[in-house]
Amino acid sequence: MKPLKSTAIVGIGQTEFSKQSGRSELQLAAEASLAAIRDAGLKPSDIDGMVTYVQDSNDELQLMRCLGIEQLRWTGRTPFGGGGSSAPVQLAASAVASGAARNVLIYRAFNERSGQRFGQPAPIHYGVGGGGAPARSLHFSYGLDTPAKIYALWYQPYMHRYGVTSEDLGRYVVVSRKHAATNPNAWFYDKPITLEDHQASRWIVEPMLRLLDCCQESDGGVALVVSSMERARDLRQKPVRVAAATQAHRMDGHIMFDYYRPDLVGYPEAYASAQELWTQSGLGPQDMDVAMIYENFSPVVLMTLEAHGFCKEGEAKDFIKSGAIELTGQLPVNPNGGLLGEGYIHGMNNITEAVRQLRGTAANQVADAENVLVTVGRSGLILQKA
Amino acid sequence: MSDEAFFWEGVDRGQLLAQKCGDCGSLRHPPLPMCPACQSLNWTAQALSGHGRVHGWIVSKHPSRPDESPRTVVLVDLEEGIRMVSNLEGASHIEIGAPVEVVFREIGGATLPQFRPATGASR
Ligand SMILES: [Zn+2]
Repeated sequence: MKPLKSTAIVGIGQTEFSKQSGRSELQLAAEASLAAIRDAGLKPSDIDGMVTYVQDSNDELQLMRCLGIEQLRWTGRTPFGGGGSSAPVQLAASAVASGAARNVLIYRAFNERSGQRFGQPAPIHYGVGGGGAPARSLHFSYGLDTPAKIYALWYQPYMHRYGVTSEDLGRYVVVSRKHAATNPNAWFYDKPITLEDHQASRWIVEPMLRLLDCCQESDGGVALVVSSMERARDLRQKPVRVAAATQAHRMDGHIMFDYYRPDLVGYPEAYASAQELWTQSGLGPQDMDVAMIYENFSPVVLMTLEAHGFCKEGEAKDFIKSGAIELTGQLPVNPNGGLLGEGYIHGMNNITEAVRQLRGTAANQVADAENVLVTVGRSGLILQKA
Repeated sequence: MSDEAFFWEGVDRGQLLAQKCGDCGSLRHPPLPMCPACQSLNWTAQALSGHGRVHGWIVSKHPSRPDESPRTVVLVDLEEGIRMVSNLEGASHIEIGAPVEVVFREIGGATLPQFRPATGASR
């Protein structure tokens, strides 16, 4: 088995990011996948492995039929939705490094705005239990029925301890929308906002989240191809090395309902992920040229910055206020506009942006980017110019 | 069979329960079939006092249509040392650390434990 850093992302592809794709999720997956395979300079028949999320509705076999892939030798799916969104690259890289597969296609595609919306209460959670009584649950029954509410209850102790205000969150949102405004792929292209706009947007969850603190709901598809550094030399694009990849799951962590540790302030998964990434790569926070941080909601950007040691605990609000996360700052964050500004393809669009930054082809290119952190706390990557 | 069935059966009898390990004695919540501290499968349902303190809170409203009655969702640190999610009723101003006590209410056709500011008589 070779090390993970013998692998690379060699192709990226995507559809447009919209609110109404007008086509099936399988079509979105097929379009994005074909684009990624062609971007790499490969043929569909070169693909012998596939990875997506457990939640993806697109069956590997139907996608094979679309693409004309003759045979797969290896498949895998990653858990925890967006929380696992860096993990498909770890799985694919592991398969390539071990020899289980040569060229692995990663895909994620959905109609998450025009179809089943994540942001609306899901009727399934109010299902009828035995004997005609409503099913009760330890969380949904109390009104925790949307991701915004579920996560806000996790953010609240953090914001309370460090005095993080809605305006502090707004300063991140203004930067993300500034980045999106000059990214033609972004849904919010050419639509920057001011802090006043943020403060005027309606409450989604008082007193934490306003509308503009929430990621988008988007339709679209994104795909990547992972291969070996060795094969990458003969392919079309400059390869982007997988310098480190990890998942980080901690005792007494809970997906979404992460309320049961004695102290809820801090982000132990992100901290553990960071330590593992630094160990694997031999790099540290000071070496990161760009950070792609999964933000379903703005507060998690602050918690993630602190957990990775880009600033001290409780000081992310000041780090952001100082301009550090802007394109010319010490650590540009989400230069594509992130999931708030560009679109919400369940985190995968943050990986394609990292690849573009390292190829030097991003809309908002950070000069001389060599190492890019991609993180969602529970899973993370360091991608590197090869 | 659900690992949390005992909890709801307790609620239907007006009791707030948590699993207590039959071997090491530690309490756990949310319910699990095995003790996270000693891996024992033995446990009993222990009645809790229903007294605790607010650890965190939000106001829950429907994201896209007006609510008839928004609910305050709270994390309650119970005095026995475990935490639960519930609702807080009758509080216009919510303080972290405020003492609260359990009450049982019929909500949407089922009984749920709810919390209210602790009365002066309580500890
Ligand atoms: Zn035990």
